[in-house]
Amino acid sequence: MIRARDVEKRFGRRPVLRGVSFELERGGLLVVTGPNGSGKTTLMRLVAGLAAPYRGTLEVEVDRSRIGFLSHEPLVYRELSAVENLDLFGRLYRVPERRERIGMLLERFGLWEARTERVATYSRGMTQRLALCRTFLHEPDLLVLDEPFSALDEAGAALLDRELEELRSERTMIVTTHDPARLERYAGTRLALA
Amino acid sequence: MTYMADVTALARKDLQVELRARDTLPAMLLFVLSTLVVFRFALPADTEDEAAYGLLWVAIVFTALLGLTRAWVPEQEHGVLDGLVLAPCDRSAIWLGKTIATLTFLLAAQVVALPAFAIFFAPLDATAIVGVLLADIGICVVGSLLAAMAAASRARELLLPLLVLPLSIPLVIGGVGSAISAEGERFLLFLVLYDAVFAVLSWASFEYVVTE
Repeated sequence: MIRARDVEKRFGRRPVLRGVSFELERGGLLVVTGPNGSGKTTLMRLVAGLAAPYRGTLEVEVDRSRIGFLSHEPLVYRELSAVENLDLFGRLYRVPERRERIGMLLERFGLWEARTERVATYSRGMTQRLALCRTFLHEPDLLVLDEPFSALDEAGAALLDRELEELRSERTMIVTTHDPARLERYAGTRLALA
Repeated sequence: MTYMADVTALARKDLQVELRARDTLPAMLLFVLSTLVVFRFALPADTEDEAAYGLLWVAIVFTALLGLTRAWVPEQEHGVLDGLVLAPCDRSAIWLGKTIATLTFLLAAQVVALPAFAIFFAPLDATAIVGVLLADIGICVVGSLLAAMAAASRARELLLPLLVLPLSIPLVIGGVGSAISAEGERFLLFLVLYDAVFAVLSWASFEYVVTE
C-alpha cells in the first residue's frame, strides 16, 4: 500500500529527511518515532501528499479522498463552530448521511455540548478532539496521524485509544509519537528517525 | 454541479467567517472612504474630472490590496489550507470560492466608494460603472491567486503589492479609459479580455501554487 525507498526531503539546502525506506501493507500500522526535528511531521506530509520528496520514491496506493490526515495544526476554521467546520469538510469529502455522521462523532469525542460554539473559544484539548473528528469524518482507509495524543487529557486520550482499537483491524495507519509505549499493544512496525 | 456546489460552500464559508470576525470589510470601507476624503481636500478646487477619475482608481486598487492581504488569513490560521488541499474537490474550486468572496467584499466597498466619489468629485456614467465592475473582477481573479502565493512567504505583506500592482496596471488603464474616453466600450472589451485570460490562467495554475 505504501512503499518508500531512500526518501529524502530538503528545505532549501537543509536535508530534513534522509534515506527513509519502509513498506506498509494494507491494514498495517507503522509507528514513527524520533526526536524533535528528525522529520516525523515532514514524513507525514509526504505520505499525505501535501509535499513531494526531493529524492527517492514514495508510492501511496490510496486515493487522496481516502486519506485522513491529523496534523500538528487542527486544520479547522477558528471563526466557525465545530458543526460548521465538519459540515464544510463533510460536503467537500462527499460524506453520505453527513449530519448523522457529524452528530455521532461529536457525541463520541465529547464535543456535542460545545458544537455550536466558535472554535476560537475552545481549549487546546477540545480543538484536538475536533481535529480528530475531522480526520475520521469520511471514514478514511489510510490514517496519517501526527502526534494524535498531544494536548488530550486522560479522558480524551482514552477516547482516542478506543477509536484506534476499533479501527486498528480495518484501517492502515501511520502514527508519529513521542510515547511509543502507548501504541505497544497494537502489533506494528517501528520506524525510528534520527 | 458538484464543482459549483464546492465553490458555493467555500465562498459561503468565507462570508460566514467575515461576518463573525469582521476583520476585512470594515477596514476596506473605512479605507476607501477616508482615501476619497483625503483626495477631496488634497486636490485644488478647479481640478478637472479626468484627474479625479485617476484618483478613484488609486483608491480602488489599494482597497482591493487591503482585502487581498487578508484573503487567506483564515486558512493560514490552524493550517486550514492543508485540509482544503487534501479534500477530494477540484483544487481550483478553492481559488474560485476565494475569488467570489473577495469580489463580494470589494463590491460592498464600491457601494460606498462610488456614491462618495460622485458627491466629492464627479458623477460616473454607466460605462464607467461597468468598467469598475469588470476591473474588480480582474483584480480579484489575479489577486486571489497571487495572495495564495504570497501567503506561503514570510514577507507576504511586502510581496503581495509587488506582485499585484504591476498586473493591475492594465486594469487601471481600462478602468480610467472607460470613464474618460469617447470610445469607452473599447476599453470595456479590453477589460473583458483581461478578465477572461487571467481567469483561465489562475484557474489552471492554482493547484501548483498550493502544493509543495
